[in-house]
Amino acid sequence: MLENKAQLRLVKNDEATHEPYTIAMGPQHPATHGVLKLDLELDGETVLECKPTVGFLHRGVEKLAENLSYAQTLPLTDRLDYIASMANNVAYSIAVEKLLGIEVPLRAKYIRTIVMEMARLTGHLLWLATHALDIGAMTVFLYCFRERENLLDMFEEICGARLTTSYTCIGGVRQDVTGHFLESLYAFTEDFPSKIKEYETLIDKNRIWLKRTQNVGVVSAEDAVSLGLTGPTLRGSGVDYDVRKHMPYDAYPYVEFEVPIGSKGDVYDRYRCRMEEMHQSNSIIRQCIEALPTGPIRAADAPDLVMPYGAQKKVVADATFSSGIIKLMQDNERYIEGDVYVAAEVPKGELGFYFVSDGKGVPYRMHIRSPSYIHIGALSFLCKGQMVADVIAIIGSVDVVLGECDR
Amino acid sequence: MEPLEIAQKIRERFPDQVIGMEEHRDQVGVIVRKDRIVELLRWLHDDPALQFNHLADLCGVDYLGKKEVRFEVVYNLYSIPLQHGIRIRAQVPEDDCRIDSVTSIWMGANWHERECYDLFGITFDGHPDLRRILLPEGWEGHPLRKDYPLDGGGKNWSGYDEVVEKSKKLRKYDFYGTYQDPTKKTGIEDARE
Repeated sequence: MLENKAQLRLVKNDEATHEPYTIAMGPQHPATHGVLKLDLELDGETVLECKPTVGFLHRGVEKLAENLSYAQTLPLTDRLDYIASMANNVAYSIAVEKLLGIEVPLRAKYIRTIVMEMARLTGHLLWLATHALDIGAMTVFLYCFRERENLLDMFEEICGARLTTSYTCIGGVRQDVTGHFLESLYAFTEDFPSKIKEYETLIDKNRIWLKRTQNVGVVSAEDAVSLGLTGPTLRGSGVDYDVRKHMPYDAYPYVEFEVPIGSKGDVYDRYRCRMEEMHQSNSIIRQCIEALPTGPIRAADAPDLVMPYGAQKKVVADATFSSGIIKLMQDNERYIEGDVYVAAEVPKGELGFYFVSDGKGVPYRMHIRSPSYIHIGALSFLCKGQMVADVIAIIGSVDVVLGECDR
Repeated sequence: MEPLEIAQKIRERFPDQVIGMEEHRDQVGVIVRKDRIVELLRWLHDDPALQFNHLADLCGVDYLGKKEVRFEVVYNLYSIPLQHGIRIRAQVPEDDCRIDSVTSIWMGANWHERECYDLFGITFDGHPDLRRILLPEGWEGHPLRKDYPLDGGGKNWSGYDEVVEKSKKLRKYDFYGTYQDPTKKTGIEDARE
C-alpha cells in the first residue's frame, strides 16, 4: 500500500516537471528593486519565457513637462532615478542648454562634473549593496551604505537635500560649493579606494559569488547593441561606448579617465565594470577639485531660466509671482523653433532628452530616453533559458530603477 | 561623418522618400515618408560607411494644428564604431495612423514602439507584441496626443471602480484566520471599524 502511494507521487512529480507553469514575480518582491512584475513561464526551474510588466509608477512626466516651463520641470527629474538624482538634474540641464544655446561658465561645469560623479558613486554603491543582498551577501550591504551615507551628507551640505536635490539650474548650478565641502569630499576620495578594496575582499574571490555570477545572463556584444543596452551593462559585453567620451559634456573633456570594459558579457563582468568605474569616478572627482577654477556659477545670459536671486528677485517680487514668471517665460528671444536630442551618462546608462520647441517658454514635446526602460525590455531576452534563481542575479546586474523606467 | 553629409547621402540614395531637412544646434533631422522606412533604416544600419547600430531613441510627436501631417515618429540614431549621429523623422498622417516596425533591425525598438503605440496610438505593423505598456489595458485614449486634456478629462480609468471594490473587500479580510476567537474583539479591529 505504502509502496503504491510513493510510486503514485513519483509519477505525479515526473509529470509535473514536464508541464510548463507560470508564476508571477512581483510587483511586490524584494529582488525586483521596485514595482516590477515578471511573469515567468517555467519548466521545472528553467525559465522558458519572461514577460516583464511595467507602468505601476507611471506619473506622466512627459505630459506634465509640456505644461511647465523649462525651469519648473527640473524638480520632476529628481523623481526619475531617485537614487542618483544629481545625475538626472545635470542631464536635463545640459539638454535644455543645448536647445536654447546657453554657454555655462567653467566653474559650474566643474561643479556639475563633481556632483555627477558623486551621484555615480551613490548609484553604484546602492547597486552593489542590493545586488549583493539579492545574491546572499548581507555584509556588503552594510558596508556600502556606510559610504553612501557620507556622500548623501555632502549632498545635503551643498543643496539642503539628500535625495531630491534639484541642485543644477539651467545655465549653471544653484549655489556655490563651500571650502568645507571641498575639503571633506577630498578627504573622502583619499579614503574611498581602500573602501572599494574592502568590498572586493568580501566578494571578488568568494566562491559562492563567482558561482552565482560567472557565465550567468551572458549577452554577446552584437546582441547588447541591438537591444539598446547602454552604460556598464553594455560595456560588460566589451563594447566601448560611453557618452562621456563619445559626446563629451561639462568638464569631461578636461579630465582624464578610462572606460573599463568587460569581455564575456555575464553578470560578473558587469559587476567588475561598475567596480572599476567607481575607481575612475573617484579619480575624476579628485582632478576636478584640484583644477576647480574661480568665476561665476551661472550663465548671465539666461536670467529668467535660473531661480531669481539678488537684483532679479526684486523684479519678480513686484509682479505677482506666477504672472512675473510667465511674462519672463514668453519674452525671451532664446526660444526658437527646433529640436535636439542630448544624452548624458548617468549611473544606469545613457539618459537622453529629446526636446521639440515651438518657440514658446514651455517645451512642445519632451521625451525621456531612460536606460532602465530599455534594460527591463531586454530582460526577456536575458532571462530566457536561465534558472529562476539567476533571474534575480540578472535583474541586479542590469541595475534598474522603476521610477526612471515608468516616468 | 558630418550630419549634413549623411543627410545628403540619404537624399541621394532615397530621392523620392526625403521630404526635407532641418538643422538645429548642429543636429540634423531628415524628414522622410513612412512608406519605405524599414528599407531606409536597414540601409543606414548595414551600410559600411554609416553603421548606425545604436538606436538611441524612438518616440512620437504630435503636431496637431501645426503641420499638415499630424504625427511624426522620430528615430535618433548613433553609430558606436564611427561616432556620428543622425535623426530620421517619419511623417505619419492621422487618417492612416500606422508605420512599419523596425524590431527586425534593432531588437531594442520593441518597447520603444510599444510606448509610442500606448501614448500616441500609432500602430506599428509587424511588431511581435503590440500592447499597452505604461498604461493599463482598457485605458481610453492616448495621453500624449495634444487633444488629450492634462487632467484626463475628469474621467476615471474603467478598472478604477473594480480596484476600489477589491480594496473595500480586502479591508474586511480576516487576516488572523482561525488563530483568534471571532467573538472576541481586539483593539485592532475596533480601530479598523
